[in-house]
Amino acid sequence: MTTDILVIGSGGAGLTAALEAKVNNTRVTVVSKCYPTNSQTCQAQGGINAVLETTKNDSIEKFIEDTFTASKGIASKSNIKKMCQASKEIITWLDDIAVPFSKDERNSIAQRKFGGTKAKRTCYSSDYTGLKILHTLYDQCIKNKIEFLNEYFLLDFIKEDESIYGAVFLDIKTLDVIKIYAKNVILASGGYAGIYENNTTNSSFTTSEALVKAYKNEATLSNLEFVQFHPTAIEGTNTLISESARAEGAYLVDEEGNRFIDELKSRDEVSRAISEKLLNNEKVFLDLRHLDEKLINELLPQEKQLAKTFKDIDISKELLPIVSAAHYSMGGILCDENAKTSLKNLFVCGECAQGNVHGANRLGGNSLLEVIYLAKKAGNSAYQNLQSATIKEDIKTVDFEKSIEDILSNKNIINVSKEKKEFGERLFKALGVFKDEISMKTLLSYLEELEQKLKVSTIEDKSRVYNKSFIEFLEFKESVYMAKLIAKCALERKESRGAHFRTDFKEEKEEFAKISIVKYEKEQDIISYEDAV
Amino acid sequence: MKIKVSRFNQEKTLIEEFEVKENKTLLENLVEIKQDKDSTLTFKHGCRSGVCGCCSVRVNGQERLACKTKLKENDLVEPLKNYEVLKDLVVDTSKEEELLTKTNSFLHKKEDVSISIKDEKQIERQSNCILCQSCYSSCPIYEVNENFLGPYALTRALRYVDDKKEGDKLAILASIQEDGIWDCTLCGNCTFVCPQAIDPKMDITNLRMKSAQSGFEDKSMQNYNSFNSGFDPMGGFNPNGF
Ligand SMILES: Cc1cc2nc3c(=O)[nH]c(=O)nc-3n(C[C@H](O)[C@H](O)[C@H](O)COP(=O)(O)OP(=O)(O)OC[C@H]3O[C@@H](n4cnc5c(N)ncnc54)[C@H](O)[C@@H]3O)c2cc1C
Ligand code: SF4
Ligand code: SF4
Ligand code: FES
Repeated sequence: MTTDILVIGSGGAGLTAALEAKVNNTRVTVVSKCYPTNSQTCQAQGGINAVLETTKNDSIEKFIEDTFTASKGIASKSNIKKMCQASKEIITWLDDIAVPFSKDERNSIAQRKFGGTKAKRTCYSSDYTGLKILHTLYDQCIKNKIEFLNEYFLLDFIKEDESIYGAVFLDIKTLDVIKIYAKNVILASGGYAGIYENNTTNSSFTTSEALVKAYKNEATLSNLEFVQFHPTAIEGTNTLISESARAEGAYLVDEEGNRFIDELKSRDEVSRAISEKLLNNEKVFLDLRHLDEKLINELLPQEKQLAKTFKDIDISKELLPIVSAAHYSMGGILCDENAKTSLKNLFVCGECAQGNVHGANRLGGNSLLEVIYLAKKAGNSAYQNLQSATIKEDIKTVDFEKSIEDILSNKNIINVSKEKKEFGERLFKALGVFKDEISMKTLLSYLEELEQKLKVSTIEDKSRVYNKSFIEFLEFKESVYMAKLIAKCALERKESRGAHFRTDFKEEKEEFAKISIVKYEKEQDIISYEDAV
Repeated sequence: MKIKVSRFNQEKTLIEEFEVKENKTLLENLVEIKQDKDSTLTFKHGCRSGVCGCCSVRVNGQERLACKTKLKENDLVEPLKNYEVLKDLVVDTSKEEELLTKTNSFLHKKEDVSISIKDEKQIERQSNCILCQSCYSSCPIYEVNENFLGPYALTRALRYVDDKKEGDKLAILASIQEDGIWDCTLCGNCTFVCPQAIDPKMDITNLRMKSAQSGFEDKSMQNYNSFNSGFDPMGGFNPNGF
């Protein structure tokens, strides 16, 4: 089939880009491996940052400064400035399409304070901000007759010379291979922190394969080594306990009940303090017992419920054991301020994009802002590009039917769920909050071995109907490649900066005050550094 | 502890027994079965925290989110009803988009009004819907009318009808008269199973009232005299009240 603009991914970024690109009679098709409202965007609780007319004690300048400071100097000041300046317009747009933002007594949009910021800047919809934004966007897509193809899995891009002409998908329901030719493609496939299986707050749909596919088609990736670890996930289940808990006064205590860090320091510092204890085989707890129960019930109802459901713990009376977990990927596909990538006709937005606004650290509430901001740029750029782009159907692609058959007929059966469990553990240990050369090199040889093993492996389930194990197998192969790329970039950056902390190079180094770039050239991963402009 | 899981492979349905750990959620147990006992077991999950809506199944006949449910000895886990089963616990929910499209539940025309805390609270519960399809599965009407718009789509319709920003409430009300609010028996099943404590039955009652007030024909009177009684068998009992 053919379409004008093909959007891959139906989270906050994909849906916004689709709405922006749907001008007049453009045909916009959103293709995703899940249903739109299943996307990870629904998990964002805390909120979305903006400076509004009614925001007290804040200014665009302070917002820019906070964001740049958090980036540890490796983001683009001009990109940050444009995003911060647009923040009010973005909230107004969301408000106009009927996102039900929480209000204050003066009927203005209510705002709360997040870590690393100077003012109450975060707009929210109770503690369901992402859910309400995602669902409202979906309703608007339905209104605007955006075409959806759900449960389609991206296999590859269709490329000729340096241009993208569409993509190839696997219909998960039937394992049929479907080619979609398009004048433009917008990739909005989410981040890669989800590959830390069992050690991540991310959705199980967040598995990075689309990023790897873009990379193998020679899109430039950047800043992969910057993986953000969230300090407070519930031990055992890795469900996130929002930063709002600490913002409302919760303590972090050790086994003796002593506080050991200022709870409102930035995420990377708090995560390190916690991980140090955990690595020492000590436990760490979130302590809310001193807070007024009424306040907990009013301001943290979801956190209270999550602790009850997953740990059978009443946070107003008991300590909640927590761990830090992989949470957000600052790196991704490098794009310019208009969401253009190094490939013609390919645009990116959302967590899979590296738009030079987060640098080494992302502030809470800045992701949703960037998701909407960059997605609007992507949708608009794709629409503008329609004039010069064409459908081109005579491009040769890999024979995917055959490669599916090849995989299914391999001899060596593996259990993907089991392999993933070990993979996640090793990743978290060697490429987690702390890293060093020896552990990363050991990890890399394990990953190489695993990659070779997967090349000749298959799965037990051979059916062609909703074969989820097959999809997980394909996802896993690319996750292993992604992990290798992260490790290689982390090895190369011989310093500590923001979320990237090396125990063998504990200081920030001037010579690394640059973004990292990784390119696929002649089947090699080539790493270099550039200034963020 | 033993649980029973329904397996379907296009040909036949089987009930299989598995030994699982007691203190885990159903989803964690399913993942463990896939890891250690049978890698072909098929089910869906995303957020693991009750907000993405893709893990709902039935436990002993009642709709539950696998990621938030703890099991008891001998519990039976089955796929949702009213949808075609694709494999094991996975059903085809592609009808969702069609139902939402038919109810016209989106903002049509923005009214320039000031929204207060109270106005926002008015639609808070309805806008907490995660589209998990539990209510759809629990609804008895689909057996007799597959075109029924159904609980979540009607709840979403009310979410926009009650939004002060909506400047064209009639467009929504008009689209839910056929196969919509008057076809519901107000049995309350949907309300009983909703993991988000939403009350679609009450939302439908509300929509009936608003429709009648806006001049649409009140078909509940007509229903009173027919076989399909509008009488509420649960006598106003609100299962979400506990
Ligand atoms: C628990 C949690 C809480 C958070 N809280 C906040 C917060 O309070 N504030 C904030 O600003 N940010 C927050 N974030 C971060 C923020 O939610 C994400 O960065 C953002 O939602 C990403 O949106 P997205 O559209 O890029 O990707 P996603 O919502 O992840 O969507 C990705 C889409 O791509 C599709 N896709 C992926 N791979 C393929 C493939 N191979 N084939 C086809 N389709 C594919 C998926 O199906 C999905 O539809 C939070 C994140 C988590 C995990
Ligand atoms: S109350 Fe109405 S919508 Fe809800 S389950 Fe019963 S018949 Fe269906
Ligand atoms: S109304 Fe409740 S049960 Fe129905 S889809 Fe929404 S959240 Fe699920
Ligand atoms: S996995 Fe998302 S609701 Fe259960």
